[in-house]
Amino acid sequence: MTSDRRFPVRLDLRKGAVDMSHGSGGRAMAQLIGELFQRYLDHELLTLGNDQALFTPPPGRLVMSTDGHVISPLFFPGGDIGSLSVHGTINDVAMSGARPLYLAAGFILEEGFPLGDLARIVESMAQAANAAGVPVVTGDTKVVERGKGDGVFITTTGIGVVPEGILISGDRAEPGDVILVSGSMGDHGVAILSKRENLGFETEIRSDSAALHELVAAMIAAVPDIHCLRDPTRGGLATTLNELAHQSGVGMQIREDAIPVRPEVAAACELLGLDPLYVANEGKLIAICPPDQAVRLLDAMQAHPLGMESAIIGEVVEDPHRFVQMETGFGGSRIVDWLAGEQLPRIC
Amino acid sequence: MKYIDEFRDKGLARRLAETIAAEAHPGRDYRLMEFCGGHTHAIFRYGVQHLMPPNLRFIHGPGCPVCVLPMARIDHAIALATQHDVTLCTYGDLMRVPASERKSLLKAKADGADIRMIYSTQDVLRIARENPERQVVFFAIGFETTTPPTAVAVKTARAEGLTNFSVFCNHVLTPSALQTILSTAGPDGVQLDGILGPSHVSTLIGSRPYRFVAEQFGVPVVIAGFEPLDVMQSALMLVRQLNEERCEVENQYTRAVSEEGNRKAQALIEEVFRIRPEFEWRGLGFLPNSALALADAYADLDAEERFPVEIAPAKEIKGCECPAILRGVKTPTECKLFGNPCTPDNPMGSCMVSSEGACAAYWSYGRFREPAQSLRIPAVSG
Repeated sequence: MTSDRRFPVRLDLRKGAVDMSHGSGGRAMAQLIGELFQRYLDHELLTLGNDQALFTPPPGRLVMSTDGHVISPLFFPGGDIGSLSVHGTINDVAMSGARPLYLAAGFILEEGFPLGDLARIVESMAQAANAAGVPVVTGDTKVVERGKGDGVFITTTGIGVVPEGILISGDRAEPGDVILVSGSMGDHGVAILSKRENLGFETEIRSDSAALHELVAAMIAAVPDIHCLRDPTRGGLATTLNELAHQSGVGMQIREDAIPVRPEVAAACELLGLDPLYVANEGKLIAICPPDQAVRLLDAMQAHPLGMESAIIGEVVEDPHRFVQMETGFGGSRIVDWLAGEQLPRIC
Repeated sequence: MKYIDEFRDKGLARRLAETIAAEAHPGRDYRLMEFCGGHTHAIFRYGVQHLMPPNLRFIHGPGCPVCVLPMARIDHAIALATQHDVTLCTYGDLMRVPASERKSLLKAKADGADIRMIYSTQDVLRIARENPERQVVFFAIGFETTTPPTAVAVKTARAEGLTNFSVFCNHVLTPSALQTILSTAGPDGVQLDGILGPSHVSTLIGSRPYRFVAEQFGVPVVIAGFEPLDVMQSALMLVRQLNEERCEVENQYTRAVSEEGNRKAQALIEEVFRIRPEFEWRGLGFLPNSALALADAYADLDAEERFPVEIAPAKEIKGCECPAILRGVKTPTECKLFGNPCTPDNPMGSCMVSSEGACAAYWSYGRFREPAQSLRIPAVSG
């Protein structure tokens, strides 16, 4: 980084903290943007210094999605709010089958937040964006008084382009379709919970936070006629299946034995009275496809590093009530309902 | 999960189901009340009823602490938080229980009251230590199982000289609830042939306190664990007692329950608490000797003494059948409010809140078995 003569004293990333002037629009804000955001999120469209990013979209249909991140704690095993804010929006864009192109990021910082923590978060965001090949090209920073925020909130917006011939939507599940998941359920929520006060587990459970667009690209290359894709974030698998059943006007029948859950996650849930089917994921997806394509899709998913533990968990059925029902591991059957209330606040 | 999966084994469940079906006499009913919400939850979550013959029915009992707490006590807790500006700490289940005037702890929190959800009494002590300028009140609730942790917290606070800690005590006692249910049983009350007795409560109090059920009321009891195979094995033990015309207190949950119970915990409870002359239970009314308050030696830690509140008489929701459901007289689907408007997202009565509540279990796990009209499933839009 070249030294900027406007700022003879560099930002103190070791002991410094955010103050109200960092959101003022003045010199202090310019320094924060230059020495912190532009330094890490180094992309020509961002470092140009405009209030917007100018680019020519490739031909095709564009999708756009936005996601606010308010997670507590900010740093957790397997990620932090920075990487999560990149993965979350990339995944929302990718669940249309799109190739994500660019991200925008809005930061709401609380007065007094350590600049060193902010630097860690922005660096992690940059690493996640670089690894995914989806740059942050424009952003915004605001500061609120101490006590009016909780450290940092990040909103990211993404755009992407959908390949020709792909139509993936939550209203396309049809009776007979097969339901797949890309791996174990509940890792993210349990990782967050285990880091919250007073819940120290001996085994470290890591968040599954990951960008899924390359897995999706491999899936649509193998099976272009995927009907639905969705990432089971808040509310977990159970709530996401209910959303899809409701949107498509169908029922679903799943088998508990077929749903991958890590033993340590199952044990933590048992201890805390949680059901892993309702616990959030940040690096998993649910796919629904025609029955004759299911094995091909499963093979494609299992061949990708982020889908090695993929499994077929059930089928779409006709049901005017749009219930999700499950054959339990015990041999009984029951409804898998929407999540009621809030199982874990501030999970993403 | 080792030591848990063994109690959820599909093959064993099928064999037990076959044995029960073979041994249950087709000419009679087996109406078995599972006392605890933990049993109710297991029965629904694993689909146990579905594995029983049609003449064996589980009747859901009152053993859900959130469900039996009367509205007046939630009103009281909200008044503590709003009239005295204390930090009120409680277990998550209580947050959504309806109070008078459609309030709840969750709504009071949204309105600015300092109400916090905790996982253990140690969290409350920590909050009290970290906030010496705040008065911190623990909303203590539960049957005998959750009483010893409260006792330990009270003793710790006393030992540390934590003057900003106090307890709003709502601990209740299982045997008096059983006594009330059985003395009102019969043609006008609940009709039952046997009882699946509490498991975790019994680890504390032992199996002896249930003798009166068999001796005075002639109803067999099997103390039953909470895993689905425990529930099924206990049902089989009750079927055998009834077939052989025996009437005993048997213990299925031998891996945790003894006849004597946990004497150390009993001594702790005796030291820290006293028995209230009477206490109101939702659905069962004012029951004598049915709940605990802090003993005189710890009265200075009693939030009811420390923070007097004024509350209007509680206003129950019209049409809510929680009282009859808690006595086992009605099933959730016989309540006019079930499903519309009362659901876990919008609970009108306490039984729809906790996952151990009969209404919540019916709604969340079982409603697809019932014909749609009788369930008043809300219209689906979109």
